Amino acid sequence: MIKGITDQRAAILGAIRRGLKRDALPADQAMMLRTRLAAHPRQIVPAVVARDRAALLDLFIANATREFTTIDRVDHLAALPEAITLYLRGQNLPLALVIAPDPSLQAIDWAASPLLTTRFGRAEASDMVSVQAGFAGIAETGTLMLPSGAGTPTTLNLLPDTEIVVLDTANVVGPYEDGFDRLRAAGDLPRNVMLVTGPSRSADIERTLELGAHGPRRLHLILVGPTESK
Amino acid sequence: MLNTSPAFKDNARRAMADAGLQKALNCARKPFAQTRAAAVAGLPEFEALRDTAKNIKNHTIAHLDFYLEHYTSQVEAQGGHVHWCRNAADARNEILAICQRVGARTVTKGKSMVSEEIGLNAFLAEKGIVPIETDLGEYILQLRAETPSHIVGPAFHLNREDWESSFRAAHTHLPVDRIFAEKRDIQAEARGVLREKFLAADVGITGANFLIAETGSSVIVTNEGNGDLTQTLPRVHIVLASLEKMVPTLEDTISLLRVLARSATGQACTVYTTISTGPKRVNDLDGPDEYHVILLDNGRSNMVGTEFQDMLRCIRCSACMNHCPVYLTVGGHAYGSMYSGPMGSVLTPAIFGEDQAHLLPNASTFCGKCESVCPVKIPLTGMMRHWREREFERNLSPATTRYGIGIWGFFARRPSLYRAVTRLACWGLGRAGRKRGRFTSLPGAGAWTRDRDMPAPEGETFFARYAREQRDR
Repeated sequence: MIKGITDQRAAILGAIRRGLKRDALPADQAMMLRTRLAAHPRQIVPAVVARDRAALLDLFIANATREFTTIDRVDHLAALPEAITLYLRGQNLPLALVIAPDPSLQAIDWAASPLLTTRFGRAEASDMVSVQAGFAGIAETGTLMLPSGAGTPTTLNLLPDTEIVVLDTANVVGPYEDGFDRLRAAGDLPRNVMLVTGPSRSADIERTLELGAHGPRRLHLILVGPTESK
Repeated sequence: MLNTSPAFKDNARRAMADAGLQKALNCARKPFAQTRAAAVAGLPEFEALRDTAKNIKNHTIAHLDFYLEHYTSQVEAQGGHVHWCRNAADARNEILAICQRVGARTVTKGKSMVSEEIGLNAFLAEKGIVPIETDLGEYILQLRAETPSHIVGPAFHLNREDWESSFRAAHTHLPVDRIFAEKRDIQAEARGVLREKFLAADVGITGANFLIAETGSSVIVTNEGNGDLTQTLPRVHIVLASLEKMVPTLEDTISLLRVLARSATGQACTVYTTISTGPKRVNDLDGPDEYHVILLDNGRSNMVGTEFQDMLRCIRCSACMNHCPVYLTVGGHAYGSMYSGPMGSVLTPAIFGEDQAHLLPNASTFCGKCESVCPVKIPLTGMMRHWREREFERNLSPATTRYGIGIWGFFARRPSLYRAVTRLACWGLGRAGRKRGRFTSLPGAGAWTRDRDMPAPEGETFFARYAREQRDR
């Protein structure tokens, strides 16, 4: 027989408190913990990210590339359809896209590239290539922060063979903590926040890493922003 | 569920004679140590972060009741449900109730050692619900009806031949004459087969690496993406997590993540680290309609306040077993528990009882390598010693051991007699073994000398020699 939910909860809390040799926390101590939760203090942040913006972008690119993310750069979003067409043709991939219904991507004149077939929405099993709007890039590990939302469905990060992420270089930050701060500033924590570092892989067969497990086999990042320094 | 921990000695003997297992262990030994060492070298703050990680977990455990309640209210505020479960049966029944209510026929699963702990797959199958493991390693284990031998790489005891033969036997709908030229061909076949299962599943069950009190989130860390497909596509997502997965904030979580992957696989981070918070939101285009957390106790709350409390810091990285001379000799199955190696030797008796698992804390040379690599600095050997003391106190050790310790204790309490007897024994053994320098057999110690030689003593005890050298100064 399953005991009532409240019984189980009370039994577990009771056992923990017996072990801690105290009752439920007094109000002042509970308030201190709530204050800590609200302040969410940073712990040690790796010093490698303490550098200027240009160097941070270099670090991000180097770390992402090491984890098999391929990277392209364009000056403006308007150049995106052409860059995507070139990439897909170079890889011999289909020119049909499912695109995140994010305002920044919807504003692009996709029709100007007649070779591309486009659809906005979540990914279905048959979609081969997705285009996702990136929220932030984390230089510390070359990681993309991809929160879910009405304009950024999670399935785009999972179902297609190839995922193309579009990210403004202004959204490259140093440590994870900076990414979390941006998330908090954007409102309620989204249902799902994926931190993605390269295409899916597995080392389950004899411990050697093979790309292309259950998620995308290719992760292609298009960085949008002035490239004159490059 | 626990299977063969009481047979550890026989298991170990069999494991050492298992050519396939020894091959896999030999291939893994060096990379296990090297990949971690390289990752640690790549982060100058790593040592300092070990202390940070330890402190975060200690702080959380000291206020575990508060954080569990806060976490629960945060999950509920996001429209999710938390099911507090005292033991394995309670957890299985809660999961079954959810599956039956939504009419689930198939359930996809991400890798979860807690699921192994509560024996979920066999239970669901018995109730007519088909569980499908989607982690590559867990998938082949399910095909072969085997248990995990490692908490991170559950099938690392298998070699490539095993993968090929299992896939040929299981995937009979595919051409018989297909060729697996590369390991990636095996992986690609699993991807194809499992993709259909992901799309058809009614419920997805994942574990959790962390539960975040601040936000009411669960965190999973994977390389394959199977956990994300499992928790995104089905109508219902069930998170199965034990209560020590609690962490206060996102910042605390990232501090633990910085040491987790480096300690586990030698990666700076895994490919996917995913933070999930409640069910699909109003405007979301995908995600589950229901989000449930099965919060499992199963013996953990009883560890609080005992000499085993520090074990609740464990973040399941596997560094301790990857560096353990015993684990790397006998593999994980010998332990008879999903938790093997040093962490398993401490945790298994706490969860399943000493009477079942009292042999495991004895499977250690106390070399201390496990503690030196533990990212949360758990005193593993100290806790194994505590279990050995309990074993003795509860009369669980065999009679010969107990008599032996009793006899030793008699002499140890009488120092002059002890020295006289050891002096005599050293002199005798020293003379008897002078020629060969070692003994291949000794009367009364046959079990010990069966697998090793006893070096012959020099003829003088340490005490005697120390006293002599002090005099000669």
